[in-house]
Amino acid sequence: MKLWRNPGLWIALAIVLIIAVIPVITGSASTRETLFNVLLSIGLASSLNILLGYTGYVSFGHIVFFGLGGYAGFYLIDEAGWNLLPAALVGGLTSGLLALLLGMAILRLRGAYFALATIGINEAMKALVINLKFLGGPTGMELNFQTYRQYGGAGQMLWIVYAGVAVIALLVVMLSFFVKKSKFGLGLMAIREDEDAAEVMGVTAPRAKTYAYVLSAIFPGILGVLFFFKQGVIEPGSAFRLHMSIELLVMVMLGGAGTVLGPILGAGVYQILRGSLLTSNLHLGGLRIRDVQLAVAGMLLLLIILFIPTGAVGWLRSRSSFLRRVLE
Amino acid sequence: MILEVKGVTKIFGGLTAVSDVSFNLSEGQIMGLIGPNGAGKTTLFNCINSVFPVTKGNITFRGQTINGLPTYRVARLGLARTHQIVRPLNELTVRENVMAGACFGRHNHHLADAARIADEVLAFVGLAPRAAMLASSLNVAQKKRLELARALAAQPYLLLLDEVLAGLNPTEVSSMVETIRQIRAQGITIIMIEHIMHAIMNLSDRVLVLNYGELIAEGTPQEVSQNESVIQAYLGDPDLAERLLEMERE
Repeated sequence: MKLWRNPGLWIALAIVLIIAVIPVITGSASTRETLFNVLLSIGLASSLNILLGYTGYVSFGHIVFFGLGGYAGFYLIDEAGWNLLPAALVGGLTSGLLALLLGMAILRLRGAYFALATIGINEAMKALVINLKFLGGPTGMELNFQTYRQYGGAGQMLWIVYAGVAVIALLVVMLSFFVKKSKFGLGLMAIREDEDAAEVMGVTAPRAKTYAYVLSAIFPGILGVLFFFKQGVIEPGSAFRLHMSIELLVMVMLGGAGTVLGPILGAGVYQILRGSLLTSNLHLGGLRIRDVQLAVAGMLLLLIILFIPTGAVGWLRSRSSFLRRVLE
Repeated sequence: MILEVKGVTKIFGGLTAVSDVSFNLSEGQIMGLIGPNGAGKTTLFNCINSVFPVTKGNITFRGQTINGLPTYRVARLGLARTHQIVRPLNELTVRENVMAGACFGRHNHHLADAARIADEVLAFVGLAPRAAMLASSLNVAQKKRLELARALAAQPYLLLLDEVLAGLNPTEVSSMVETIRQIRAQGITIIMIEHIMHAIMNLSDRVLVLNYGELIAEGTPQEVSQNESVIQAYLGDPDLAERLLEMERE
């Protein structure tokens, strides 16, 4: 396959791989925790990009798949005694199934109406979980610390989960590349540019959109299981955090929607920024400002949409034909 | 008959845009569709390729009833069209635009085949030098050619052309007319909406005239141009059509 020789794929994979091995070399636990968040964001943002960047549908509530998958996997590990690996797969499939059912209903909506519906779904899922006794209701579930024993204790578990998130990030980036370069991807991009014209050309838009939605939901579900397994607790407030959806949008837009490399760079830059803002002790009139990273995220989103709507990678690609060849 | 339209009516709220239109089209012909602005020509196109569901009536394409099918199904049966107001996929390259036409058209081609077809079609319509550019960077005449290329790449049986000549300068018009002749020579049946009368009179085998949604005349260009009600509704001058035909011959 000629696609395997595309430098855009290898540049993207190499960046993710380099990020992933840094803590393995340094052995530093704090670096690992920072990069865990970066890799998690790469996986989530690249997944969202399949829907947002390729298909042109803005999902404001994409984190619902992270939360729901997390809940499904957490339940299986905690209550049914499953191993992490099968639980993570089932978590991904659960999210994919939800996307399939939702997609058939709400992908008929366009533009702002679809975006609003996705917010509604996130909030509805949160309300539903709060009312489900077997999922722990409003207080959620807590993992028995003994569970970590079978993974060689809590210390080793952290490395296992880290490796898992790194592998998923690499897989999502590959998926993102191959979707972009496929006939399916061409159909998605035709839908993004002009859905009515795409249908006139013969693109089976309802089916293509639903598949894109499902693909963009599966990996967030798996990542949700890994994340909450590591946390050891899951509760509705942390599983369905709407502002995380918005942070994901910022990452994709910052790096460049519709590019493979964009969400990777966007996730990296945003997480570094967020880390430094979280630790900065910003005061205004004697009051410490909480969650200042969200205010910055909002400003960033505004500036990107106003001045570089194609994001960093999109901007670079428009600069030279050489960059168009090597960056995807 | 490649296309049979029987009693097609399209009503929007209280407005009857197309009223009880019937006609047949045999393979290999070019049919002209003319009429004043707002006569329902584009609406009739939208009914034929199922962008709008018809209110009443029946449309048969190659022996199969197509009204009620989704637009993309109709496209895959081999019915392609261009839009009056061009609709390029702006952020894709010219080649990708045409590849999309080939991929999702009648033959369901793979990307590699689609790329080959796209290059052939782009050479045919004269856009080959621009293949790698973004569709948004083309000028109007080029975008019209892109619309045409995208429709042709689908390798359709029937091609609906909605004012592909509008907005072009005289040189561009005559080169586009030549292109349309060559398309017909490939065996593709064409229905074209056009306001440039000398072009439609010279290209068409038969002409349909719509006025206020109703079919007021049908026949050869000569017959239609001498039809009393067509002259009143649209042409205005009884000798105009004759002179237009003369003009083209010179």
